Amino acid sequence: MILNIDPGIVDWSRAQFALTAIYHWLFVPLTLGLSFLVAIMETIYVKTGDPEWKRITKFWMTLFGINFAIGIATGIILEFEFGTNWSNYSWFVGDIFGAPLAIEAIMAFFLESTFIAVMFFGWNKVSKKFHLASSWLTAIGANLSALWILVANAWMQYPVGMKFNPETARNEMQNFWDVLFSPVAVYKFLHTISSGYVTAAIFILGISAWFLLKKRETGMARKSILVAAIFGLIMSLFLAFTGDGSGYTIAQYQPMKLAAMEGLYKGQKANGLVLFGIPQPGKKAGDGKNNFVLKVEIPGLLSLMGYRNVDAFVPGIEDILYGGYKPEFQNVPPAEKEIAFSVSEKIVRGKLALTAFGDFKKAQKAGDEIAAVKADSTMKANFAYFGYGYLQSPEEAVPNVVLTFYSFRTMLILGFYFILLFIIVLYFHSKNQLQDKRWLLWIMLWTIPLVYLAGQAGWIVAEIGRQPWVIQDLLPTRAAVSMIETTSVQITFWLFAVLFTALLIAELMIMTRQIKLGPKDGGTK
Amino acid sequence: MMFESLSLLTLQQYWWLIISLLGALLVFLMFVQGGQTLIFQLGKTETEKKILVNSLGRKWEFTFTTLVTFGGAFFASFPLFYSTSFGGAYWVWIAILFCFIIQAISYEFRSKPNNFLGQKTYEIFLFINGALGTILIGAAVSTFFTGSQFSIHKENLAELANPVISQWQGPAHGLEAILNWHNIALGLAVFFLARILGTLYFMNTIDEKTILGRAKKQLLVNTVPFLVFFLGYVIALILTKGFAVDPASGTVSMEDYKYLHNLLAMPVVLILFLAGVVLVLWGIILPLWKFEKSASKGIWFAGIGTILTVFSLFLLAGFNNTAYYPSTFDLQSSLTIMNSSSSHYTLTAMSYVSLLVPFVLAYIWYAWRSINRKKIDAAEMETEEHTY
Repeated sequence: MILNIDPGIVDWSRAQFALTAIYHWLFVPLTLGLSFLVAIMETIYVKTGDPEWKRITKFWMTLFGINFAIGIATGIILEFEFGTNWSNYSWFVGDIFGAPLAIEAIMAFFLESTFIAVMFFGWNKVSKKFHLASSWLTAIGANLSALWILVANAWMQYPVGMKFNPETARNEMQNFWDVLFSPVAVYKFLHTISSGYVTAAIFILGISAWFLLKKRETGMARKSILVAAIFGLIMSLFLAFTGDGSGYTIAQYQPMKLAAMEGLYKGQKANGLVLFGIPQPGKKAGDGKNNFVLKVEIPGLLSLMGYRNVDAFVPGIEDILYGGYKPEFQNVPPAEKEIAFSVSEKIVRGKLALTAFGDFKKAQKAGDEIAAVKADSTMKANFAYFGYGYLQSPEEAVPNVVLTFYSFRTMLILGFYFILLFIIVLYFHSKNQLQDKRWLLWIMLWTIPLVYLAGQAGWIVAEIGRQPWVIQDLLPTRAAVSMIETTSVQITFWLFAVLFTALLIAELMIMTRQIKLGPKDGGTK
Repeated sequence: MMFESLSLLTLQQYWWLIISLLGALLVFLMFVQGGQTLIFQLGKTETEKKILVNSLGRKWEFTFTTLVTFGGAFFASFPLFYSTSFGGAYWVWIAILFCFIIQAISYEFRSKPNNFLGQKTYEIFLFINGALGTILIGAAVSTFFTGSQFSIHKENLAELANPVISQWQGPAHGLEAILNWHNIALGLAVFFLARILGTLYFMNTIDEKTILGRAKKQLLVNTVPFLVFFLGYVIALILTKGFAVDPASGTVSMEDYKYLHNLLAMPVVLILFLAGVVLVLWGIILPLWKFEKSASKGIWFAGIGTILTVFSLFLLAGFNNTAYYPSTFDLQSSLTIMNSSSSHYTLTAMSYVSLLVPFVLAYIWYAWRSINRKKIDAAEMETEEHTY
């Protein structure tokens, strides 16, 4: 007996996963960056022997600890939700996807959790050098865990190094190094961790600004600002660089995502990059409406950034839907090297692959070798479009354009704003005028929520922009879910929502109190 | 070149050994959970409670990380279990997850000023994690012997309307597991064992007479129900039918006294099991018998005993042609280490990663020793700057 999948289950499963991921990403970026900043501060302490630096280190370390715990709590849920809510996914790609998760635990989590204990409890028990090493190892552990989970995420966006095995009905890994060093993985890792570094730098900047505004702990605040602003400036420039690299990989491997990011329906040669714009509300592919109410564009820039060629043709949403253009990149399936297929054509081929897979299974059961070989070859010939077979209409291949468009602009504009802010802060700091520029101190403080907004916006681009795919071209979200009642997931969604929100409130209350209390004097002993 | 040359079956067995070992370590490390359920019973004053919480607070992350590693390693090595069990027995796993979310923040938040929910709430969170977490994990592992209701049809992938391969065949989605008395018995056995290990851990790390006196009493009080549930479960297991696999065809069938047969067919497992049980008992008896001299040694005997016992139970479930995650709905859907594993390539790659484990254990040992040279007492709670 096969019951049809309720479309509600797909939406609610996505909502639950998104909820967990959004909460997780409220805590993780700070952990990634603050761990290094604390280690840097402690290094200054060990090098100079100045007890003031020990006091500063301990203050930021306390905030690090409060934030760290809740990142763990949300992280474990994400790991297990792959199984609880995406059971079909877990089998279809578990042979590739499980490995980085396990490696993350073995390589990174133990490192992190072992040495964080030394960081917090070891001050009076281990040597200065061993303590310092522990702080660095905690930071390395945290960032290594980011590496493995981002490799896993990148593989979903650009599946490489594997082959579908119809016997086992899953994809099987062929080359671990292709998975680890795929260009998407490299850029995703670097871009994401550097966003964490910028988050932590702005967090320190903002809180230190608050101390300067209150005229408390001004020595600590000025020292912290210097470290954070230098670190932040370097990392925000690196963030821009890796962001550019990410854009280049998206153009190659996820052209639909790029089109959605730009709200681009009809592509052209020497395509411009929209700097600001208001997309047309209610615009649908093929309805002939103008796609923007208004826009400010830099000519040729999108072609240059996406294709490293000012004259390159950038396909828009309608181009990808209806096909018929010559792809610039030759990483497409052989049949599309000259002229790209329409999505309808891909759906036809996807259904061929799916049916052939079913025929293969039947033939195997019946012991019909010849039919099995035939079905297998049909399936292989069309496997590149396997996931399209599940789509119910070509339009389903288009993600939420407006949300992706605005999220991308939010991230991009804020990213450049952060660079500017670090430069201005460093300038006034060098002139020793920072404490007099109250307007700037307020801006620094209120940039804290903005850096979180930028991080969330980035993930919305990455994850909403790749819909409907959970594995690019091979498995849409609708085919990845677990077969559970929608009401069950609705209940757990709200349970998680209430619990996470309560914990977030607790975290914010504790954090703000600890900040107000300021550094303990214990460090000066 | 070492793992590449091994057969797929050997790799599958190697990974079942690792999963079993991780499961065994996890149960041992649940002394943290057991200890959390004793905070109110052993700690009557604020200082005493603080000592207890802080003694556990330096170890809880290892239990947590081991749980995450257990999940990750299971996913990487036997993904069909991951998709079938987690996606099917939804409510049991979600309940377990809830127990662990509330643990993760409780230590850090408990004694911090302005913590929104209040100290008592975080202590109750720790209690819930300790009680419900152990019982549910025990019950979930028991289904390795008692079975669950699910079907697996890989050809479903071609069904556009419902391509889900693993489907649970009961509306309770895992909650039915706790209606089976076998599963409950193992859950309670794990719960009381965790409490025993908790008391022994306190005896090893805390230097406060009043707490230790109460711990000694709790050790005795928890041993009785532990023995009842554990021995009851094991005796029933030996006498019951099990899920046998024909190695040539992969067909699963019911076999009388299957787990007894497994013990006799694998004498090493039998010896490990018996040695484990004896060590656990010795770890309990030692502090009761010579408290002054040996109380702090109990955890080592009982801990190693726990690891050996749980390890051998996992081997009993998966080795000697046994289905480790049986389906009572459709016997042929049952999971075996052969039909649910990752590919030869992935198991090989992961086997290289597993070589890191001794290194990980070594640095954990080194780091622990460096911060735990001295037992915890009331004075340290006064002077230590970072306490929970």
